[in-house]
Amino acid sequence: MIDLQVILNGVVLGGLYACVAVGFSLVWGVLNVINLLHGSLIVLGAYLAYLAFTALGLHPFLSLPLVATLLLAFGYLLQRHVLNHVMTEPVLVTLVLTFGLDLLLYNALVLGFTATPRRIVLDLGRIEIADVVLPVDRLAAMLLALALTGLLYCLLRGSRLGRAIVAVRMDRDAAILMGIRPRDVYAVTFGIGALMAGAAGCLIAVVFPFSPGLAETLLGKSFVVCVLGGLGTVPGALAGGLALGLIESVFGVWLGPQNASIIAFAVLLLVLLVRPAGLVGRAGFE
Amino acid sequence: MMDRMPARDRIGFILVGLGAIAFALTPWIGGNYLVRFTTSTCLFITMALSWNFIGGYARYPSFATAAFFGLGAYAGAIAQTRGLAMPGAWLFAAVFTAIFAASLGSVILRLRGHYFAVGSFAIVEILRLGASSWHGLTGGGSGLNVPILPGGPDFASRVFLYSMLALALVTFAAAIWVDRSSLGFGLRCIRQNESAASMLGIDVDRLKIIAFVFSATFVGAGGAIYASWVSYIDPTDSFQILLTIKVPVMVLLGGAGTLFGPLIGVLAFQVLEERIWSSFLEIHSGVLGLVIVVLVFCLPGGLLAVPYRDMFGRLSFLRRETVP
Repeated sequence: MIDLQVILNGVVLGGLYACVAVGFSLVWGVLNVINLLHGSLIVLGAYLAYLAFTALGLHPFLSLPLVATLLLAFGYLLQRHVLNHVMTEPVLVTLVLTFGLDLLLYNALVLGFTATPRRIVLDLGRIEIADVVLPVDRLAAMLLALALTGLLYCLLRGSRLGRAIVAVRMDRDAAILMGIRPRDVYAVTFGIGALMAGAAGCLIAVVFPFSPGLAETLLGKSFVVCVLGGLGTVPGALAGGLALGLIESVFGVWLGPQNASIIAFAVLLLVLLVRPAGLVGRAGFE
Repeated sequence: MMDRMPARDRIGFILVGLGAIAFALTPWIGGNYLVRFTTSTCLFITMALSWNFIGGYARYPSFATAAFFGLGAYAGAIAQTRGLAMPGAWLFAAVFTAIFAASLGSVILRLRGHYFAVGSFAIVEILRLGASSWHGLTGGGSGLNVPILPGGPDFASRVFLYSMLALALVTFAAAIWVDRSSLGFGLRCIRQNESAASMLGIDVDRLKIIAFVFSATFVGAGGAIYASWVSYIDPTDSFQILLTIKVPVMVLLGGAGTLFGPLIGVLAFQVLEERIWSSFLEIHSGVLGLVIVVLVFCLPGGLLAVPYRDMFGRLSFLRRETVP
């Protein structure tokens, strides 16, 4: 029943999910904001890639840096001028605010691009090894997703900026005492979250058909990945993404795709109750 | 008790009474559309007051309202298709939802903050997906038909209007009780500092579960009445994510953790949405989003917290300045 093909499908899907959720996870972990805009940002990235592909003939893997930079700017400005004003408010306020912004963006997407599902068809053929078949476009998207996620990991580990972000996540007050301005870090972090969303959007555009309605699904997946793996860390998002990808492909074959989603949410609840720090998180490290 | 009631509360109760009478008279005032609008307003009042128990008094960011609503709708509809009379089905739905909330609450209320929010959000998703894949019981994605109330549309619309109005009033009565009882006091303590409340001997777990059950029961009954009213339900309609955010927004608009805040919030929101809906057909969700953003920045404490008296005071001060 569970053969190599299913496992590999799960891993490919999982790599994409990790890239989809890592920005969401970073924003949640560092800013303590659940960014309900995240799904729409990914779809916005997908549409920008689609626009570049149809209007300019630009390959989505080439337009990816462009789209990601645009979204970085958008995210940075949004946090700087809108969200930074409510960072000290209770949980519900930031949730409601990002929900309102999401409604705005979603409506703009529907107006600008209509609700017709689009897809960028690259048709790169497929690879067959033994009994396992993998489409090349999907595989390439997954590898790019993993590379981007790895790049973010290096940024957080190696650069001054990354250390500042991690410092704010670990202890905001101590970070202030070390001369870090959390407001700036918040803006940059939200920008990076949007950048990763845009990049994920370019990859999604190649692999799945998308429409503005996909935003909600992707947001739900990000929730599951985040809670499964643990908040605010790249390895957490990676572990959560792979776990979700495997759950979906294995249970999807076994019980049908709809029930696989139920299992994914049930696992989310279970992890939330038993191991709130996530699969690879350390207890007491928040 | 009555003579010790603050003047502001007394005015509030009089206004609620007048409002209830006005609602009850709508079949004679306006057409079917107004009756329909009033019925759905009563449903939203029920949900907003219910959410206020857990989200307002205890400030637990619950997104489970849609779960309770959908569960009540399905429980009532299934009971009715299996031959239970309509009021019996509504009662069954309320009890079923209450039991569900009690058992769920004892598990999920251990979480705090964002984690609780996500957990309650997951419940909605699980129930929605469950309702659309359990074909034998719920009819799956193709939905469920509920027997139509005999007696013609005019009679039916009045029955549902008065049922929803009665439910809203019962919920309001429960809200008054909670607001004045030690339960409400304990929940406010949890809102301010849960650990300290627990340290001072307040049984926080028990209070939170009771508040959660309160926030579920009336919504469950409302869902069942809704199912009988529209006589057709399906998973995406019953377990709406939008609904689960709209209700807290209404409460925040009026003022969370107060008795009259949810009522004011629902009325303001309903009128606003009706206006927006009719004048911006293409961009209504965008305008709704804009309203939410403006609300968060301009009215952080809700309509009730606006210092009207100060405003008037400042105005009269100005007047005195200009006309000496």
